[in-house]
Amino acid sequence: MVRFILSKLLYLVPTFLGITIIAFSFVRILPGDPVLLMAGERGVTPERHAELSAQLGYDKPVVLQYFDFLGRLMHGDFGNSLVTKKPVLSEFLTLFPATVELGLCAIIIATLIGVPVGVMAAIRRGSWFDQISMTVALVGFSMPIFWWGLLLIILFSGILGWTPVSGRINLLYFFPNVTGFMLIDSVLSGQKGAFASALSHLILPSIVLATIPLAVIARQTRSAMLEVMSEDYVRTARAKGMPPFRVIGIHALRNAMIPVVTTIGLQIGVLMAGAILTETIFSWPGIGKWMIDSISRRDYPVVQSGLLLIAALVMIVNLLVDLTYGLINPRIRVK
Amino acid sequence: MKTLLAMTSALAMMAAAAEAKTFVYCSEASPEGFDPAPYTAGGTFDASAHPIFNRLTEFKKGTTEVEPGLAESWDVSADGTEYTFHLRKGVKWQSNEKFTPTRDFNADDVIFSYDRQGKADHPWHQYIPGITYEYYTSMDMPNLIKSIEKIDDYTVKFTLSQPEAPFLANIAMPFASIVSKEYADTLAAAGTMEDMNNMPIGTGPFKFVAYQKDAVIRYAKNPDYWGTPAIIDDLVFAITPDAAVRLQKLKAGECHLMPYPAPADIEAIRADANLKLDEQAGLNVGYLAYNTTVAPFDNPKVRKALNMAINKQAIVDAVFQGAAAPAKNPIPPTMWSYNDAIQDDPYDPEAAKAMLAEAGVTDLSMKIWAMPVQRPYMPNARRTAELMQEDLSKVGVTAEIVSYEWGEYLQKSMEAGRDGAVILGWTGDNGDPDNFLSVLLSCDSAGEGGANRAFWCNEDFSKLLKDAKITADPAERTALYEQAQVIFKDQAPWFTIAHSTQYVPMSNKVSGFVMSPLGDFTFETVDIAE
Amino acid sequence: MTDTPQSAATVRLSDAAIFRRMLAEFWFYFSQNRGAVVGLAVFALLVVVAVFAPLLAPHDPTVQYREALLLPPVWQEGGSTSYLLGTDAVGRDILSRLIFGAQYSLFIGVVVVSIALVGGIVIGLLAGFFGGWVDSVIMRVMDVILAFPSLLLALVLVAVLGPGLTNAMIAIAIVYQPHFARLTRAAVMSEMKREYVTAARVAGAGNLRLMFRTILPNCLAPLIVQATLSFSSAVLDSAALGFLGMGAQPPAPEWGTMLAEAREFILRAWWVVTFPGLAILISVLAINVMGDGLRDALDPKLKRS
Repeated sequence: MVRFILSKLLYLVPTFLGITIIAFSFVRILPGDPVLLMAGERGVTPERHAELSAQLGYDKPVVLQYFDFLGRLMHGDFGNSLVTKKPVLSEFLTLFPATVELGLCAIIIATLIGVPVGVMAAIRRGSWFDQISMTVALVGFSMPIFWWGLLLIILFSGILGWTPVSGRINLLYFFPNVTGFMLIDSVLSGQKGAFASALSHLILPSIVLATIPLAVIARQTRSAMLEVMSEDYVRTARAKGMPPFRVIGIHALRNAMIPVVTTIGLQIGVLMAGAILTETIFSWPGIGKWMIDSISRRDYPVVQSGLLLIAALVMIVNLLVDLTYGLINPRIRVK
Repeated sequence: MKTLLAMTSALAMMAAAAEAKTFVYCSEASPEGFDPAPYTAGGTFDASAHPIFNRLTEFKKGTTEVEPGLAESWDVSADGTEYTFHLRKGVKWQSNEKFTPTRDFNADDVIFSYDRQGKADHPWHQYIPGITYEYYTSMDMPNLIKSIEKIDDYTVKFTLSQPEAPFLANIAMPFASIVSKEYADTLAAAGTMEDMNNMPIGTGPFKFVAYQKDAVIRYAKNPDYWGTPAIIDDLVFAITPDAAVRLQKLKAGECHLMPYPAPADIEAIRADANLKLDEQAGLNVGYLAYNTTVAPFDNPKVRKALNMAINKQAIVDAVFQGAAAPAKNPIPPTMWSYNDAIQDDPYDPEAAKAMLAEAGVTDLSMKIWAMPVQRPYMPNARRTAELMQEDLSKVGVTAEIVSYEWGEYLQKSMEAGRDGAVILGWTGDNGDPDNFLSVLLSCDSAGEGGANRAFWCNEDFSKLLKDAKITADPAERTALYEQAQVIFKDQAPWFTIAHSTQYVPMSNKVSGFVMSPLGDFTFETVDIAE
Repeated sequence: MTDTPQSAATVRLSDAAIFRRMLAEFWFYFSQNRGAVVGLAVFALLVVVAVFAPLLAPHDPTVQYREALLLPPVWQEGGSTSYLLGTDAVGRDILSRLIFGAQYSLFIGVVVVSIALVGGIVIGLLAGFFGGWVDSVIMRVMDVILAFPSLLLALVLVAVLGPGLTNAMIAIAIVYQPHFARLTRAAVMSEMKREYVTAARVAGAGNLRLMFRTILPNCLAPLIVQATLSFSSAVLDSAALGFLGMGAQPPAPEWGTMLAEAREFILRAWWVVTFPGLAILISVLAINVMGDGLRDALDPKLKRS
């Protein structure tokens, strides 16, 4: 097992280096000089321009800049934002919990609904439930979520007035952000109604973000179940007269869950992409929106290190998924 | 843990005043930081300089006039190079959990606030790596300020390298906010200098309470404020970048006031019985700058003819949707010394055609540069350019529209020998005409690093500006600037487009909000009815 | 080309026959899936609309009718029969814009899939065929691209290249291409072990011929399925880029860009928001349903289930 993990880790090193090169070079060829953008309509004298470029390190040869960048990364220094002048890492860490909270809620919704629906659809294969749920899943899978989010806002915030328009909690509530997760912090604060407020702010964004993973999980669960249910051991168990729910509960479900767990794990990339859109629509202060803003402001260090951090994160989660997969399915490990 | 304590105490405060009045402002952008000196964005100043800090001089609310701030009065030497400020006594610094002031505001704070920006070897000059003081630099402070001396605890003398009439307005700008030296020393001793930017301490009407990045900023009323204390108890900025969402929150009662509504929503806001709308001409100008160094645009007659060929009102209607005043001068009408006697060139394609023919210009083709971004002075440059293109074609001028990425646009439009006329604009910093005319139209700014995109250098015009700059008497200065505007109109280096109108929608419950011609949002005078 | 003419002719004949039979079999399975047939029909309709857009659209998609701003659809009070689905904020006919938008979406899908497919096949063939360090390097690069969330990577790419339709398409294609490369590589590696490949090699077939004539045709099925899926994702992602202001630029009637422009009216004019999104959803759904049918018909393992 240790060897398995080590080999997996070793495999990640070149990928990670590749990611640093991509993050670095993309940002370096972005058109638009950040110094000029800072100056705006006013303009900047050539001397001041040179001075500022030097201060930001943009006057050195690109290769040197890359090694500088890499060297600082080794020390955990991800650079400072050109706009706020604050360390990128600390900005990332303050915004990250918001995205995680949203993502976790979405994945929980997707799993809690997707798996049972998929199982049911598989058991009642061909029934109206199967047909309707799979059609709905396909619609969900094809959903432009940025439009879906707007529709939900029109309906629930605009027409019905049930949910707030944007943000994470009603501004009347004010308490320390111990964990950064609004749901937990609101409970810790002990303020009446805070949790309900946080929840009501979270509900629409997480539904929007959950849409595509939910559809994927439901479809994947159904086909995994169908496959497992046609396997010999399930048929044997059935033939032996085991009650159907036990057959499904013990044999089929457990085995079908292996690919489903992988699917859920692999949704992180989808979630990140979805988070960019969801956070933009709901003004959710997370890293998706932060990246979009930084790209349009040409905040080089933020785009560069943000890309890097997000890619590293996706990589680590994928590794964890791989490892869990190896744990529940020992056959993989041998390979 | 410390933050926790601070917040619980703030909470206790809030709980104690059960009937506390909380005013929520749906702000547009996240502040870059809370130290006003290193930043340039208006949204940052609304969150830092205006609520938390004060300056030696201040802009009188709702005007661009300068009035005493932390300096109660000042003397100017006869040659106009020495300013002696007499500081206000008994001004209390705010406190937070890391800092309790032991003394009032004094001359040390003033000197510290300026020196940290102006002296490269100052220990606070680079207290955050990569920090720069762009406003200080661009207002030419490093060259202008020769020395700052402390005469006594409440008297400070600034010596300038030359007379500079706009100086008092310059130091009323946000970058010149006075910060506490004692707080700085405390932070330096604790090794947390960056808190200067995260947990500001000022003398202003509001105290900083907390900031959640990209979401909320909270302030509490400063009970020890030296001026008229604020009416509301708590001030909250709900950061909402999207104009449609801001309006929706305003309608839902989630906030009381918002900046920058979408032009398309203005009518709906007017129609809403629960909202009211303040409006004011903005301190800005949008223009089309010809390259006056390239034939045939070096001929004022040609420029004048082109100006007459473009239908200005159509642009105001179609692009600004009426939310602007057609511009005839390079400075906006809300600014002192605006020369209202000047007649705008009439829209007259026939006359324009004749003038072009007279100047010997036939088959003229030119480029029009359209900015790729939306700015307060120009909501849609592309559309403006299209309208101009259409108008020009009617007088036989073929115009091609070009555009570049914003940074590139700014750079290329300043390159000598540029081909084409450029759409751009300007928003004033300090309400002084010099801040428009010298920056945008003087000979000095026509070169590299300047912002004179017409490359227009008129000796008479520049001389008037220089004279005005060293004249202390406002009446005399007004006369000089009025004269300069006459030359400008006669020489027509620009086609002046419009001064866009600023709108501020707010809930009917709000009273006492004063619009600032400088575009600032300040809340010490607002009240909300229950 | 060393074969005798006669034997070549017989091979071609039987090839055609096999192909016909494959097609018949394919259609048999495909047509069993009613949804897929409906999807195909909708897609065909979309193609027709796109091709004949200039004839079908009642108005020019970019002309602004200044006297008809934000007009609701015809069935709602205040609607007009000349603007069936209403008009947008500057008085453009929404129906006409949607019809012309179909051109954009199909064009984007075709271009993105073609670039990604061709690029992915070439890269995947190279990696799978040569193996060794070529394979390692190529696959690491693909891993790197896949490590970024696709939309984020496309966004940054578009920022690098400059916002616009062409660049958005290139960016999306680059992001999709590793999927094709991986599929091709896996298929090639499994095919390489087969006897017919060894036989062809022994018979003296060159590398290029082996790659493109012998191996490639045998790994087409998964690629076709992936291509349909990518087609729908391309429509979706380009709309997302348009929505974020990085795709097709106004006044182009691209559906995502239309949505972005409509955002400020969400509470005032539901139709400017609803219809473009519905158009995206229906197109993507049709293609996905079709893709499901294709997979069922082409993938022998799933066929029986």
